[in-house]
Amino acid sequence: MNNNKTFQFAAHIVLLIGVLIMVVPIWIAFASSTHENITILSEGMKWTIGDQLSQNYNEVLNQKGGFSKEITATSMFINSFIMAFGIATVKVIISAMSAYAIVYFRFKLAVPLFWLIFITLLVPLEVRILPSYQIVSDLNLTNSYTGLVLPLVASATATFFFRQFYKSVPDELLEAAKLDGANSWKFFIDFLLPLSKTMIAAMFIFMFVYGYSQYLWPLIMTTDEKYWTVVMGMKIIFQESYEGGNLPRVAERFAYIILSMIPPVLVVVVLQRWFIKGLIQTEK
Amino acid sequence: MSFLKLEEVTKVYPNGTKAVDKTSLDIKNGEFMVFVGPSGCGKSTLLRMIAGLEDITEGKIILDETTINKIDPSERDIAMVFQNYALYPHMNVYKNLAYGLKNRGETKQEIEIKVNEVAELLEIKEYLQRKPGQLSGGQRQRVAMGRAIVRNPKVFLFDEPLSNLDAKLRGQVRIEIKKLQKQMNVTSVFVTHDQIEAMTLGDRMAVINEGVIEQVGTPIEVYEKPETLFVAEFIGTPQMNFITGKLESNKFISEGFNCDTNKNLSDQEIIFAIRPENLKTNKDGNIKIKIDLIEKLGADSIIYGYNKANNYICYRENGNTNIKVNDEVILEIEKDQYHLFDKETKKRLN
Repeated sequence: MNNNKTFQFAAHIVLLIGVLIMVVPIWIAFASSTHENITILSEGMKWTIGDQLSQNYNEVLNQKGGFSKEITATSMFINSFIMAFGIATVKVIISAMSAYAIVYFRFKLAVPLFWLIFITLLVPLEVRILPSYQIVSDLNLTNSYTGLVLPLVASATATFFFRQFYKSVPDELLEAAKLDGANSWKFFIDFLLPLSKTMIAAMFIFMFVYGYSQYLWPLIMTTDEKYWTVVMGMKIIFQESYEGGNLPRVAERFAYIILSMIPPVLVVVVLQRWFIKGLIQTEK
Repeated sequence: MSFLKLEEVTKVYPNGTKAVDKTSLDIKNGEFMVFVGPSGCGKSTLLRMIAGLEDITEGKIILDETTINKIDPSERDIAMVFQNYALYPHMNVYKNLAYGLKNRGETKQEIEIKVNEVAELLEIKEYLQRKPGQLSGGQRQRVAMGRAIVRNPKVFLFDEPLSNLDAKLRGQVRIEIKKLQKQMNVTSVFVTHDQIEAMTLGDRMAVINEGVIEQVGTPIEVYEKPETLFVAEFIGTPQMNFITGKLESNKFISEGFNCDTNKNLSDQEIIFAIRPENLKTNKDGNIKIKIDLIEKLGADSIIYGYNKANNYICYRENGNTNIKVNDEVILEIEKDQYHLFDKETKKRLN
């Protein structure tokens, strides 16, 4: 018993250290973002909350930036959200459906096709960025949300996970459903989707974060500042603060960073219940 | 009148395996038919062809005067209970029962009435809101039955539905299924490899081996008069005793013992078979064995031993026997209680 308690205590210490390592930098960023620029520049980063919270955040969200002063951080957040949400949603739908086709329809070449899809993992966007750009530009989709989302919606990873999951669904379920008059479409909607909802949540989170953190693609795709995304904005803020003649606006930078974390964190918080279930068990 | 009729039904899998070979069978309206056979004998394939889950390579399946070969499973008016129940894990019991009805386009009120009726019949009313994961094995079994019953089908198909239950529950559910089937009087086909289930449930049973029906008949017919050597081997525990020998002017002659047979049969090589319960100790008998093993089951004892020709012979005695291992016992065959099989064709001779 005593031994057990010591062990528990030690385990908690380790966990606590882990938490601190992750949370402290965020806290410092947040605390520093609530001070005046000049304070941080002269005194270094802060542990305590200052009095500039609303002012700094307000400034970051609403001040127009960029070369043509057309974009605010708020609209960059909206752009990023649209892009990430679009990518995640379409990716999940396409992957679930293609995995369904691969697993349940015995068409010729199903296996080679699956491996072909799988091999695309070896060709990330960065490798195929020029042809991808060429296609999107030929379709006149540069500077549009469609162009931002479309080239990223196919996902070998998610297809693979869905395939593995569908394969674990017992055949009798399909047969029972068939006898109950479910056609292929109904089986997908009434059975596979509800059964894989934890998987869907997990995939959605992964894909949302993936879409949100895209940098190269939006950078190449968008010449119109209207379509800039958060990650691009981060780079611009840094550039401005170093290349401009003004004092670097460190506090606002921190505020921007903190803000940029909010959407992915929200997605995780909302979906985490299913997400954790999806990772540790399949509900069957 | 035949209700469900199989006409020379054949199933060949794409890899060339012949699972079912030209099987014909008539099942009467309201009859409880059991398919019994060892695993891999094609009994499940046959059932799945009736259900429409497997294509029929050749032959016809006729249900109520309609050939159903090409009809979609959901439109055959057939319900099936699966071995692992195949309940829909994400739906509660009510929705499990209602799903098929909903797909048929029945109204909410109709569905509610039917589901409640069946739930009452099977005493699962209090579980209607639970999900299958929260039910015990026996309760799941009932839900699976309910899902079949609620559709009010022309035929029930059961694919080894008792094999996932523990022994005690299996006995209970077996009796329930039998009662329910009689009460509802719906034609049923029940697949099992368990001969007790086959003997107790079926009005008739079909013993299947390697894709061929070896014998069809009432359980007692099959037990008392197995038509082939396979049926004789398969039905009955402990197994029949088989002794190879030859017939000479109506006398069975083997190394271990001889026996008069009263049938007029030509002289030939045969297999002589006796059920363990048809052997009785009698000092004037003609089979002498040395006891090797005794199984005491309480109600009776099963005793095994070798005769001088090294045939392993088993017989049954009521109650607890006082015979011991290595004792010598002389056995007699009860009058006419033996079976003769042709050694070549494996068919019954007497």
